[in-house]
Amino acid sequence: MNIVYNVIFYTLCFVAMYAQIFYLSTFIEKRKKIVKNPERLNLKRYPTVTIAVPCYNEGKTLSKTINSLLDLDYPKDKIKILIVDDGSKDNTWEVAQQFKDNPSVVLIHKENGGKHTALNLAIEKSDSEFFGCLDADSLVHPQALKRIISYFENDIKTMAVCPSIIAYNPNNFIQHAQSMEYMMSVYIKKTMGLIGGIHVTPGPFSIFRKKVFDDLGPYHKAHNTEDQEIALRMQEHGYKIDHCPDAYVYTNTPDTISKLYRQRLRWIYGFIKNLIDYRRLLFKKKYGTVALFTLPSGLVGIIGVIFLFINVIGNIFRFIYLKILEINTVGFSNLFNFHYEFDWFFLSTKAVLFFSIIMYILVIVSVLIGRKMAEGKSNFSISIIYYFIVYSVIAPFWMLNAIYNAIRSKESSWTFERRVTKKTT
Amino acid sequence: MNEDQDIKHEHEPNDWKKYTIVLFITLTIFISGFWISNYFNNKKIDQLKNIESKISLDIMSSETQFSLLQEQSCKDVSNSILSSELNSLADKISYSENNIGIDDTDVVSLKKYYSLLEIKDYLLMKKIKERCDERSVFVLYFYKNDDCTDCTKQGFVLTSLKQKYPDLRVYSFDYNLDLSAIKAMTSIYKVPDNLPAMVINGKVYSGFKSLEEIEKSFPELESIKIEEDDDSTSNKKDGVNGTIKNIIKPL
Repeated sequence: MNIVYNVIFYTLCFVAMYAQIFYLSTFIEKRKKIVKNPERLNLKRYPTVTIAVPCYNEGKTLSKTINSLLDLDYPKDKIKILIVDDGSKDNTWEVAQQFKDNPSVVLIHKENGGKHTALNLAIEKSDSEFFGCLDADSLVHPQALKRIISYFENDIKTMAVCPSIIAYNPNNFIQHAQSMEYMMSVYIKKTMGLIGGIHVTPGPFSIFRKKVFDDLGPYHKAHNTEDQEIALRMQEHGYKIDHCPDAYVYTNTPDTISKLYRQRLRWIYGFIKNLIDYRRLLFKKKYGTVALFTLPSGLVGIIGVIFLFINVIGNIFRFIYLKILEINTVGFSNLFNFHYEFDWFFLSTKAVLFFSIIMYILVIVSVLIGRKMAEGKSNFSISIIYYFIVYSVIAPFWMLNAIYNAIRSKESSWTFERRVTKKTT
Repeated sequence: MNEDQDIKHEHEPNDWKKYTIVLFITLTIFISGFWISNYFNNKKIDQLKNIESKISLDIMSSETQFSLLQEQSCKDVSNSILSSELNSLADKISYSENNIGIDDTDVVSLKKYYSLLEIKDYLLMKKIKERCDERSVFVLYFYKNDDCTDCTKQGFVLTSLKQKYPDLRVYSFDYNLDLSAIKAMTSIYKVPDNLPAMVINGKVYSGFKSLEEIEKSFPELESIKIEEDDDSTSNKKDGVNGTIKNIIKPL
């Protein structure tokens, strides 16, 4: 039993470390290829772009989102904004009315059908060369679109480009923790983009050649993570997905643990379900990095976090069990008899301690590189500690919950996350 | 843009070289991790060996001193036995069982040597007791590591008891340790394999015994109870603080 445990434990350690070193070595190898765009960029040609803004109960944030799109540094006649109200139950439709006279904006109202239906309706109505989506909880940087389009201009094979998503005005502990995570994913995304390993084209402002949908079909429901499914479908067909690190999108992050929990439950659930749907890709070398590295390491990551967590919980329970046993046997007399002298002897010298230190260093380095790419500064921030706390304590729960739901096929929906408090039918 | 009609979409060839290089880097880190861990573990084992040889020397010197002095000066001899060092050694060995490995040959041999030192200390103390008419109480405590909640509980009771009666001498032995001296003791005292088992001043008890039960059967304990007005320095010397370790397997 002990041997089995150790083999699993060290295998997980090994794979986790392999993944981190893989990112770092790819980054070091390819870093010269990461183009840093000038502050103001001029394109040879400005192709037409449609941006769909699917909304469900986004009355509060919608106008900011639309205004940021209208402020994009891009010829106004080349850009079309489709606001698709997916049967909201709040004032989304009324808020949207303020843009009805703007020639760049088209308003569409439809029965509630889920985000993918809203996006597909927008694709149907679009005749542009490029298509993208912006979730109504996000804002774009004025230069973001130009920078993204320059990637398509430079490489005719690039079929989709993801932006760098940054936490918008992080306020509390949970948001600061997420902010670090988003920065780390700027680095990881870019690195993966360089070697064809991107497995998700995130809802906020990933831009596609419209041809992708003409060739491969519209969005699928895909367990409420249509942005993962389309990326996997593209990878299956060898369509290149890149990442533009200085195309910034600022997204509102969940501000409470329960909101974060629901969001991540959906993401991880979607990841597992899509992984099952696309299992034919796994370890097939013709599908490249996504099949050989991204998907397997994502899966091992989930298993690893849960394994580690069960291990920690097991130790805590064992400690409590022994304390209770002690109190039951001899009362409280020993409990307060702390006799502790520091002795180097009792410092752990297990190999796992060494691996943990290396892993923490690698993760901190990842966050700092991401921060450098996203913000231009790379000093240590206390938020990194928040990140470790939030993700090591809470993440195992949503991961376990997602696996449980995946087994029972119980979906958590996009609309569920955004439901208004007053329930109406 | 009809030009992209002709594009052939395919993944770039996999960079097997990189996969291999990363594998080697990771392996190197992994092997170094185990090597560093092993290096420090060996340092610890060496430290324990040093402590054991020091204790062995102390016991031998006490034995020799005792033989030389015979009955002339009991007091000097009893004070020189460093049972507190034995106790702290027990803590360290039990920690090593968790940290280095319960089946590690070095740890097992340290534990065997420790058991022998305990027996030697016990035999010497028993002689001192007889000749010098000391009112000591000896507990030989037999436990096992696997699947024995009562052993854990008995350990708590003995720790508690030792706090109450600092002059109580508890010697704990792993019943399953493959050591002929322990087997000899269990056969001399007819210790049953129903663990935990204790031999208190020669009488055998098997199964869990609570603090009250032990106190009831041993009125002698009263005689070695801490006396509040005694100066506390003498207690410290004899190692009030040692805990009785049942060495528990990790989860």
